[in-house]
Amino acid sequence: MKRRDFIKSSGAMLAGAILPVSIVEVVVADDAPKGSENFTFAFISDSHLQQIKGTKFVRNWDMGLKKAVAECNLMNPKPDFILYGGDLGQLGKAAEIDHGAEILSALHSPMRMMLGEHDYYYDLGEHWSKRFGDKYYSFDHKGVHFIVLNSILTDEEWIHKWKTPEERMSTMAGLDDPNGSPFMVGASQRAWLKNDLSNIAKDTAIVVFSHSPLQKIYKGWNFWTDDAELIQEMLQPFDKVNVIYGHVHQIQYNQIGNISFNSVMSTAWPWPYPSTYKQAKQYLPKMTIEMNRADPFFERDATGWQFIDIHSGRVDLNYQLPNNKNRTIAFNEKSRKPEDTKYKLGDKMPPQKHY
Amino acid sequence: MKTHMIHIILGIVFVFTSTLISDEFTNNDLKVWKTQYESVVKEGRKVFTDTTLGTNTVTCNECHPNASNTHPETYPKFQKQLGKVVTIAEMINWCIANPLEGKRMAVDDARMTAIISYITEERKGVKLSPGKH
Repeated sequence: MKRRDFIKSSGAMLAGAILPVSIVEVVVADDAPKGSENFTFAFISDSHLQQIKGTKFVRNWDMGLKKAVAECNLMNPKPDFILYGGDLGQLGKAAEIDHGAEILSALHSPMRMMLGEHDYYYDLGEHWSKRFGDKYYSFDHKGVHFIVLNSILTDEEWIHKWKTPEERMSTMAGLDDPNGSPFMVGASQRAWLKNDLSNIAKDTAIVVFSHSPLQKIYKGWNFWTDDAELIQEMLQPFDKVNVIYGHVHQIQYNQIGNISFNSVMSTAWPWPYPSTYKQAKQYLPKMTIEMNRADPFFERDATGWQFIDIHSGRVDLNYQLPNNKNRTIAFNEKSRKPEDTKYKLGDKMPPQKHY
Repeated sequence: MKTHMIHIILGIVFVFTSTLISDEFTNNDLKVWKTQYESVVKEGRKVFTDTTLGTNTVTCNECHPNASNTHPETYPKFQKQLGKVVTIAEMINWCIANPLEGKRMAVDDARMTAIISYITEERKGVKLSPGKH
């Protein structure tokens, strides 16, 4: 089975199935480099589990994560691993992180964790690290080098200017709070990254995970990483680089030089594109075909999770959209950039029937 | 002739005084109205980010940063999911009752006025499109 056929047939079946992931076939492509292997992994992100009081949590956000976990467990074959993309909790409380760990413990595949700002700015990631370990690290899997970054750091002065940890956390938690602070990877982690990459051959496929986009989209909502260009510079010499990020709660994809960028959805709620905010200028990557506007009356609309097919060092993202047509963003070898396999730039998304 | 002159003089006096007492806004009026409006907009932002508006600590701006995707300019409109034409106040009440699991408020509740003022201010300049989906 060739890659093109795989995408075509899985795409067609995806549209009609309730639990589409159960029919995904992982195949080794005919033209794949020797020794490389096709595989899939799943990506769950931005669940924002929010404690009301004691053992009471916001039902809606809980259900989003539980649904993603259940669907991941129904995948056949199973994903090689599941990456959690950050913002497990809403206000960084130990109770929220533990509640998330409990729901995630039902997953049948190995987990890899990434930190988001909502997990961090209450106790500066102390409880999260106690539960899940390192805030940044790398690992190799089937010939691909994976890097998990902590991209949500900010300057020390901002971190220490608050009277209470709660005040700091709730300020950073408000996406549109003007008193927030831009994210960054920071100098010490950049030095670590430089060292990590120095041992990697230039033709090794690289997948970088970051919570915030490693590119500058819209500062007002922190769709932004301050030292993005410095990271991009380190990644450009490699032949195949993929950056997959959370935080934005919407589908975004674009290509900068040698780097393919893809975002993932949230299991909790979707965010409007920055272009819909009329009082500020924004620079959403032009090549993204946007998601349809969500139907608020269907609480899982425009939320979801995604499975990622690694093919010859390039990633194809399959988005599970409960109330819209599922979408696949795949790397196009001809145009050398990620593209929607169905909709071409300039096309209009089909009108929604439900809204 | 004399009467005619008196009429003319009265007419001139009338025009003159009516200019003086016409319904002009003073700078102070404008200042007061602007301050009043802006304070309600500011209050609206507070309500929009208030964790006690509903019962589950969820706030409006969690899903609607800068009130985006509230599109107040499209109301009143036929809200398919409610099966009738509604104003923005009714849609706000739906949000309070469902995602925020709270209690609907009267449409003339000061907090409702504040929310509407804030989200409309954030859409300033967008063309009015009532009925639009």
